[in-house]
Formats: sequence, structure tokens, C-alpha cells
Amino acid sequence: METTHKYRVLIGKPGLDGHDRGAKFIARALRDAGFEVVYTGIRRSPEEIAAAAIQEDVDAVGLSSLSGAHIRLFPAVVEALRKAGAQDIPVLGGGVIPEEDIVTLKAAGIVEIFTPGTPIDKIISAYREACEKKSSV
Amino acid sequence: MTIDRLLEGLKQRDPRAIGRAITLVENGDESAQAILSSLDEDLISQAIILGITGPPGAGKSTLTNGIISELRQSRKRIGIIAIDPSSPISGGAILGDRIRMMQHATDRDVVMRSMATRGRLGGLCATAGAAVRIMSSCGCSTIIIETVGVGQSEMDIIRLADITLLVLAPGLGDDIQAMKAGLLEVADILVVNKADCKGADILAMDLETVSRQEGATNQARVSMTVATENKGITELLERIAEVDSEHRDSGEREKRRRGAHDQEVLDWCLEILRPRLLAEITKRDLPLLGDPRLKAKEILEEQ
Ligand SMILES: Nc1nc2c(ncn2[C@@H]2O[C@H](COP(=O)(O)OP(=O)(O)OP(=O)(O)O)[C@@H](O)[C@H]2O)c(=O)[nH]1
Ligand SMILES: [Mg+2]
Repeated sequence: METTHKYRVLIGKPGLDGHDRGAKFIARALRDAGFEVVYTGIRRSPEEIAAAAIQEDVDAVGLSSLSGAHIRLFPAVVEALRKAGAQDIPVLGGGVIPEEDIVTLKAAGIVEIFTPGTPIDKIISAYREACEKKSSV
Repeated sequence: MTIDRLLEGLKQRDPRAIGRAITLVENGDESAQAILSSLDEDLISQAIILGITGPPGAGKSTLTNGIISELRQSRKRIGIIAIDPSSPISGGAILGDRIRMMQHATDRDVVMRSMATRGRLGGLCATAGAAVRIMSSCGCSTIIIETVGVGQSEMDIIRLADITLLVLAPGLGDDIQAMKAGLLEVADILVVNKADCKGADILAMDLETVSRQEGATNQARVSMTVATENKGITELLERIAEVDSEHRDSGEREKRRRGAHDQEVLDWCLEILRPRLLAEITKRDLPLLGDPRLKAKEILEEQ
């Protein structure tokens, strides 16, 4: 039988602010790069994102935040995945995130952080790499 | 995850195992066989499979969300398969139906899966059918399949369903299109959603006229809903239950299950044959001249 593997990622936006331009932009760019993107929309709790990621069996989760709540919410998603037994699903994040937070977030298990200056090619290859790594274990 | 752990996980109805099993079958992994033959055939045959189709934006996902809420009140476990088209250029897809159903995201008895068409030639029936089997075997007594009603793959999906709902809404301008596509004939229930919007009554009347002209056996096929306010959902579910019991009594349900089964087997045949045949054709390095149809017949006869 023909095997047809596709990278599946979930793009979601935890927290209360209602801007989803960034998340939608990434979702479209990933689609155009051949990814299957499960888009869950804005104002999601970390638990909702983790549960959806598991049901959809995605290879990576991408988060977006503009509110400054990333410092709490991104690690909360990592924690929710771990609690649900899915610590192997990598979490990436993007937003207006100051340099010092990036170090903290990476230490909390977020594999990549993107800021408004990150070129889109770089973002896509980071997702591809994260997905590759996940499916090779 | 090893295959043994996966099968054990499916028995326990573990969400991770269900998600992974669907992926493996969808990707045509060699473990698909073991997964699909481990399932509970009794549960599969008892489940009711609802197809929900209609033009983009008609409110299919919102309506599905409302149906989930209603069914969850009677503690039923539900499966949802939401299918969106893959981009023919990149092969990627945005699967956005979950947005309208996130209120059920952490409910362990709502098993949801988004699926891209992946440009399969009819093969969608095989993969979506497999997802239906996995979900129903894991205790989902109702399975909803949502598709956008525009192309051939959607018509294929309808074959999988015991009962099909065609969801329309006023002001979309796609209504006539949907009728042309023959969806009106295959739908068991026509739903006019967005009944709170202007033009809903006229649309419902038009639909009733058209379906009467087409000599549909059932005159009362049109249901009205306001999915965003959960209005009309109870009545819609009653209507679905009626149609279901009619279908059971008349043998229609059996007949459709038979049709779906045969279609799924055909799909799997094609999925399995396609790469084999392509390899055979390439191997032969046939001359460019000559009738391709004749060459095909010769190859097939020798298989
Ligand atoms: N006024 C009104 N709006 C509705 C109703 N049902 C859905 N909508 C809105 O219609 C829009 C589309 O709803 P969806 O449920 O995403 O429609 P869909 O048919 O699933 O769309 P696709 O999956 O993109 O084909 C959303 O903005 C909904 O809030 C309704 O009964 N009344
Ligand atoms: Mg939808």
C-alpha cells in the first residue's frame, strides 16, 4: 500500500486577547508549505489545546500570543500536554516576546520562539524540523 | 507507540491511541491491518452515522456543535470527522472546523478528528470509513461526518452515512449550485440554518417546492435551525430519529450499509492496486505509440 505521511500541526492561541492575525498568518504559510494545519482559533485554555492536539495526533503545536501572557501560558500548554501523557509533542511559540523571556520559555520546554522579525522561511523550517524529530522517535 | 500498546489503548478508549490509530490508517501504514481487524464489529454495526454537508459557511460546524451539546445531555459518546479540502498546489490544508466546537474540546466523550482530502481519488471513503470504524468501536454511538458539499469526494462521503443532512442558509447564493450538484436528491433532511436571517422562510419554501417536484417520497423534509442559538436542534434530532427508524423498518439502512461497504472495499482495492500497477507499467517501459486503453487491458488481464 502507498504510504502518505503528512506533517500535521495545531495552531492555537491561548489567552484572552482577541487578535488572531499572527496565528492565521502562520497557519496559511504552513499550509502553503504543505502542512496540514488544525486551526483552533482564539481564547483557548491550555487544556483545550492539549486535548485537541492529542485527538488530532499532531506532530507539533504552535502558539501565538500578543498580550504578554505568553510567559505563563506557553509553559502551561507544555504542562497540559505532559499531564495528558503527550510530552513528546513539541511546542513552538511566537509573538512580541522580549529577549529575556525567550531564555525562560526555552528553559520551560518551548522548543522555538519566533518574534515579529523572524523570517517566515525560518519559521517553516523550524516547524518541519520539530515535526521530523517527533515522528522519528 | 508499539502496536500492542496501541491496540491495548484502543480497548481502553485512550484518546492518544484513537488519534494515533486514525493517523496510521490515514497514512496507509502497514499496521493499519492489525488495527482495523481488532475492532468491535458489534459496536460498529450499531452506531448511527450522520453525514452533514452543504456550501461553505452554511453553519455545518456550528450545527454539529449544537447536535453534540444535545446528545451529550443524554450522555451519549460522539465521534466527529470534519473533512476539508487539501490545497491542490501545496498539498497542505487548513482544518478549521474545530473552532466552532471547542467548547467540547476537553470532554473525553467527544472524539473529534479533522481530516484533509489529500487529493485522493475516491480513496477518502476508505480512510474516513476507517475513522468511523475506529471511533464507533471505541464507544461512539453517533458519528458525524462534516464535509463541504462541492465535489466528488463529498458525494463519496455521503455514501458512508446512514442519514445525510444538507445544510443551507439564506444569502449564500450557493443554494442553486447545491441543487445542481444533485445533493438535494441524496439528502434525507434539508436543513435551513440561520433561520434568524432574512430570506430563510423563502429558502425553505423554495426547497419544499423543489423537493416535491423531484417526487421525493417525504414531503416534510425541511427543518429550520438557528445553530448559533441552539434553536431547532431538538426538533432536528427528533426528525433524524424518525428517519432512522423508517430506514431500519424499510431495509434502507441495511441497503446503505451494504452500498457503503462495497464502496469501501472498492476504494481499498484501488488504494492497494494503484502503486502496484504503476510499478508494473513503469517496469514494462512500453512504446509511446499505440492505444493506452488496450495496453491497460493487456496489463490487467495478466494480473
Ligand atoms: N445568524 C446566524 N449565523 C450563524 C448560524 N449558524 C452559523 N452561523 C455563523 O455562520 C458562520 C459560519 O459557520 P460555520 O459553522 O463555520 O459554517 P460551516 O458550514 O461549518 O463552514 P465551512 O466549514 O467553512 O464550510 C459563523 O460565523 C457562524 O457563527 C445561525 O443559525 N444564524
Ligand atoms: Mg465547518
